[in-house]
Amino acid sequence: MNAEIRTMRTQAELALLDAFANHKDRLVGARDERVAAFKKFEEAGLPHRRVEEWKYTDLRALMRDAKPLAAKPDAAAIAAAREAGRIAGVDARRIVLVNGTFVPELADTAALERGLTITSLAEALVAPGNALAGLGRTVQTNDVVVALNTAFMADGVVIRVAKDAAIERPIHIVHVFSGREAAATFTRSLVVVEPGAKLTLIESHEGAPDVDYQVNTALELVVGDGARVEHVKLGLEGSKALHLSSTMAAVGADAVLRDFAFMTGGAVCRNQLFIRLDGASTQLVVSGANLLKGRQHVDTTMLVDHAAGGCQGREKFKSVVDEQSRVVFQGKIIVRPGAQKTDARMATHALLLSEEAEADNKPELEIFADDVQCGHGATAGALDEELLFYLKARGIPAKEAEALLIQSFVGDAIENVAHEGLREALVAATAQWLQARS
Amino acid sequence: MPMLEVKNLHVEVEGKKILNGLDLTVPSGQVHAIMGPNGSGKSTLAYVLAGKEDYEVTEGDVLLDGESILGLEPDERAARGLFLAFQYPMEIPGVASMTFLRTALNAQRRARGEQELSTPDFLKRVRDVAARLHIDQDMLRRGVNVGFSGGEKKRNEILQMALLEPRLCVLDETDSGLDIDALKIVADGVNALRAPDRSMIVITHYQRLLNYIVPDVVHVMAKGRVVKTGGKELALELEAHGYAEYREAAA
Repeated sequence: MNAEIRTMRTQAELALLDAFANHKDRLVGARDERVAAFKKFEEAGLPHRRVEEWKYTDLRALMRDAKPLAAKPDAAAIAAAREAGRIAGVDARRIVLVNGTFVPELADTAALERGLTITSLAEALVAPGNALAGLGRTVQTNDVVVALNTAFMADGVVIRVAKDAAIERPIHIVHVFSGREAAATFTRSLVVVEPGAKLTLIESHEGAPDVDYQVNTALELVVGDGARVEHVKLGLEGSKALHLSSTMAAVGADAVLRDFAFMTGGAVCRNQLFIRLDGASTQLVVSGANLLKGRQHVDTTMLVDHAAGGCQGREKFKSVVDEQSRVVFQGKIIVRPGAQKTDARMATHALLLSEEAEADNKPELEIFADDVQCGHGATAGALDEELLFYLKARGIPAKEAEALLIQSFVGDAIENVAHEGLREALVAATAQWLQARS
Repeated sequence: MPMLEVKNLHVEVEGKKILNGLDLTVPSGQVHAIMGPNGSGKSTLAYVLAGKEDYEVTEGDVLLDGESILGLEPDERAARGLFLAFQYPMEIPGVASMTFLRTALNAQRRARGEQELSTPDFLKRVRDVAARLHIDQDMLRRGVNVGFSGGEKKRNEILQMALLEPRLCVLDETDSGLDIDALKIVADGVNALRAPDRSMIVITHYQRLLNYIVPDVVHVMAKGRVVKTGGKELALELEAHGYAEYREAAA
């Protein structure tokens, strides 16, 4: 006798089923991929705590409902987003997505450097030929949030940097939610940096503070042999937002990929990183800083797959967790058979500023090669009272002493950002967060 | 009025009595040495003066310029001119020495209602003081005390002291871990700060430091109290005969 156990669909799951049924004919391009991806969701449902990768972020419980798909932004929404994402001290080429839609008039694509092309995903999806060759295949995953992104992806940015082109001016993909009604956005960007090329990519997310909008965003990043890429993400969502983000990166040989995430906004945020090192002698630096308060929940779940040997991986995350907020870090490093001489180190540190704050750390190493160096470390604790006394004994008031120690704690991760202007902007943003705290 | 008056001070740490009716008076401009065997309460006195938490004053008072400081936070005491040179200076990774010095100096100036120091003035003062103490500018660009040797950390304490210009300096075992060359540099730095309106308390286990920082008065502590007070010759006497007599006297 077969007893089929089927869990009840949640309200959010039912709404997503409805949305796909009603919109699939209007979602342009990649029809087969969308249908196949949505099927994954139909079979698995939203991830919940019994799914190991989602153990600490029970999306099924946290996502009460699924908001309607965001409509194209009107003139007022576009006008409101005109200045969005500007970073003091950083001259970047800004491409603004408003409510999940690429807005040509807010895309600085004038006088593109030689070897650089920028188009919208919506445009690329319907373009003839292979403008989107490789989309969805950068790093394969069965993750349901990525599947939902594929099923519903509406727009995004497609960037190509040709072989050996060194693009000095950073490109900044700005995601703004400026709607007054809650809605869901699904953005997908594809960034291909060909061999020997160089790019600094900034990705930022912001939105209305009092609207419970939902963001599902994905970035596919292809780093060619010998390419140098820095990706810096700023998570500054409005305080009620649900932010689901997936970064999939495939990195060639002799390349450098630096990835940094700075998270201060949003109610529930999930940063997923799926990184595969395909070529030897590559340097990977993944790090981030989470500054959380209230009841914020930020989850970083990272998978680094050393498919080739001789690569160096450095992962370092620093979190400051205040009030009743919670930070989650899951990091898995896989070293494939034959990926000899892998040198991987992962560290996560959380500073708990209140009795009710929580930090969950789950490092995992899966090593199938025998000549490797892998290590991980995780700590969670309060500010050092002895250090505080030393600072106070020099005349620095308690609040200022705390801020100085927190700033240095976070600064240790920010050091990993190579772009000087961005590094300074992040230090300033940390100071601002601390100021708002006291 | 004396600069510092400690009156019948009783202090407990986690329920254990460490200071037991300590009296001490330090007039303006004088250098007082406090000697005594291990466990006599010397470092506790230093921490209580600076205002460390977990040191519970159960009786007595500490007056700076005639006013009790027991109700003040450590930073408020510092702003009033009290400085403790730590026996074990802390390493603060990620906080550059320059940032630390500047934050401390300006916090004290603000607390006293004075103007903050301009960047050029501040840099000039740090450069002058660092040169006197043979402290390399490169060291100041690093995190506070990070990667410093024991001697460098102690010199850095004296640099902070010289820069902050306190009125009452408490030096807790500043000689521990120093070789003779480092000891001379530190002593020169301290001697340069001797002034009619500045007092110092030099806590040490050994007489050696007092060859270089010559005290006006020497106190001997045992079992949490001052048991003998004399001139600088008292230190030599202790060097010759040890602390045995005082351990018995206080027992």
